[in-house]
Amino acid sequence: MLRIDCPFCGTRDHSEFSYGGDGSVTYPALDAPMQDWHDAVFLRENICGRQVETWHHVHGCRMWLMVERDTMTHEIFSTRPAHPGLASALEAAE
Amino acid sequence: MTRFTAWNVFWQGMTGQKGWTRQWRDPEPKAHYDVVIVGGGLHGLATAYYLAKTHGVRNVAVLEKGWIGGGNAGRNTTIVRSNYARPGNREFYEHSLRLWENLSHELNYNVMFSQRSHIALLHSPGAIDAASRNYNTMRLTGTADAEIWDLATLKRAVPHLNYAADARFPIMGAAVQKRAGTARHDAVAWGYARAADARGVDIIQNCKVEGIARDGGRITALDTSRGRITAGKVAFAVAGSTSLLWQMAGLGRLPIESHKLQAFVSEPLKPLLDQVVVFGMGGAHFYISQSDKGGMVFGGDLDWYKSYAQRGNLPIVQDVAEAAMSVLPCLGRVKLLRHWSGLVDMSMDGSHFICKTPLDNLYLNAGWNYGGFKASPASGWWFADLIANDRPAPMIAPFDLKRFERGLQIDERGAGPDCKLHG
Repeated sequence: MLRIDCPFCGTRDHSEFSYGGDGSVTYPALDAPMQDWHDAVFLRENICGRQVETWHHVHGCRMWLMVERDTMTHEIFSTRPAHPGLASALEAAE
Repeated sequence: MTRFTAWNVFWQGMTGQKGWTRQWRDPEPKAHYDVVIVGGGLHGLATAYYLAKTHGVRNVAVLEKGWIGGGNAGRNTTIVRSNYARPGNREFYEHSLRLWENLSHELNYNVMFSQRSHIALLHSPGAIDAASRNYNTMRLTGTADAEIWDLATLKRAVPHLNYAADARFPIMGAAVQKRAGTARHDAVAWGYARAADARGVDIIQNCKVEGIARDGGRITALDTSRGRITAGKVAFAVAGSTSLLWQMAGLGRLPIESHKLQAFVSEPLKPLLDQVVVFGMGGAHFYISQSDKGGMVFGGDLDWYKSYAQRGNLPIVQDVAEAAMSVLPCLGRVKLLRHWSGLVDMSMDGSHFICKTPLDNLYLNAGWNYGGFKASPASGWWFADLIANDRPAPMIAPFDLKRFERGLQIDERGAGPDCKLHG
């Protein structure tokens, strides 16, 4: 069991969460060329090692998180809200 | 290598089994091969065998970073079937099943292929309709053994499933493929290795590719843990680690993610289940058969997050155990003997790749999702054809890397571009 430190709820089992995918993927503008959309939707780096990925706390606060995790050892290095506005609001509250 | 014949088995029995020879050689790598296949799993070994046998290409090496049978060849649940309905898949897997039917004879090695039926349980009128559509499609396209069973027929064949009317998902019938079944996975690896070796293929174990030398659009040499090997053609058959080699060759990203899939085996039991039974409903996914040694061999879903670790997580163990209890409650007191996990290439549409690549002399065999074991004979057959003739045959033409650009994904499950959903 992985333990993910949700910034809103605290540390929880990963079975409360749903894995999203590679968090480094950025989607192009709506009118971008088809090739850019193809690359964003279908192609993946598939990193062996540290990667930033999205998780959805689906059985908790239902917020999307960015988790930095090693895909070989499963060690988790950091967790933050996926929405940058929420991240800064959390920091301001602390 | 000594051929297995009735006379040889008898003679060795009479002389203390002292006369058998090695099943395959353990050669030192040569400096150059016409074809170097990276990956000594079932697909790589089958490819080498058909290259040597069908196409007469014998100066071939298979490089395996571990040992033969130590990767996914030994980590699957050994199920063979061809119940696919999408164009491309159904012809390919049916061809593979036909190769399975003659494989022991072909390889002079008993792969213990047992056509014991594949029974997919159905739990709703909608599921029966959907399965009928798929299985009718199979009957119309050359897989004549597809059947839909009603509840009475199913109860006669497998009387000890959970037929309780108040079960969470009561069983209403089954979709059955009678020629489907199981095979001994190690024997398939050993049989292909032995038969390829007998035709001159060098199988080089403990040989990891650590670097790839390129000259523009060609690969010139592979730097391995056992020295530099130059190659006329290079073929990748390393499902699970495809992206790593792809990036080593400087080719960037692929429509593949590496996930791990667990499998389980129980303590050996007396004969209990004479078929492959599959349960898939809502969030549950479970498939089970009994090995010839008596162990119940079963599995379920992926671990649900990307990983390169060949070890499974515990929530899936619990999921699978719960599914087992809901289908076969008689397993309740059975002890688990082992569980393990293998790395699978999960592709963006749930289908595989056997194709040419951006490099002139590099060929790719990857993206097998859950389906690699049953595919291995046809995979080797068509991959060898691609390498030898340098063009995709019509059978594998749809399975290239460009199908996403064309908008022609082969998405058997209709799950969309999310690798982990193509279970």
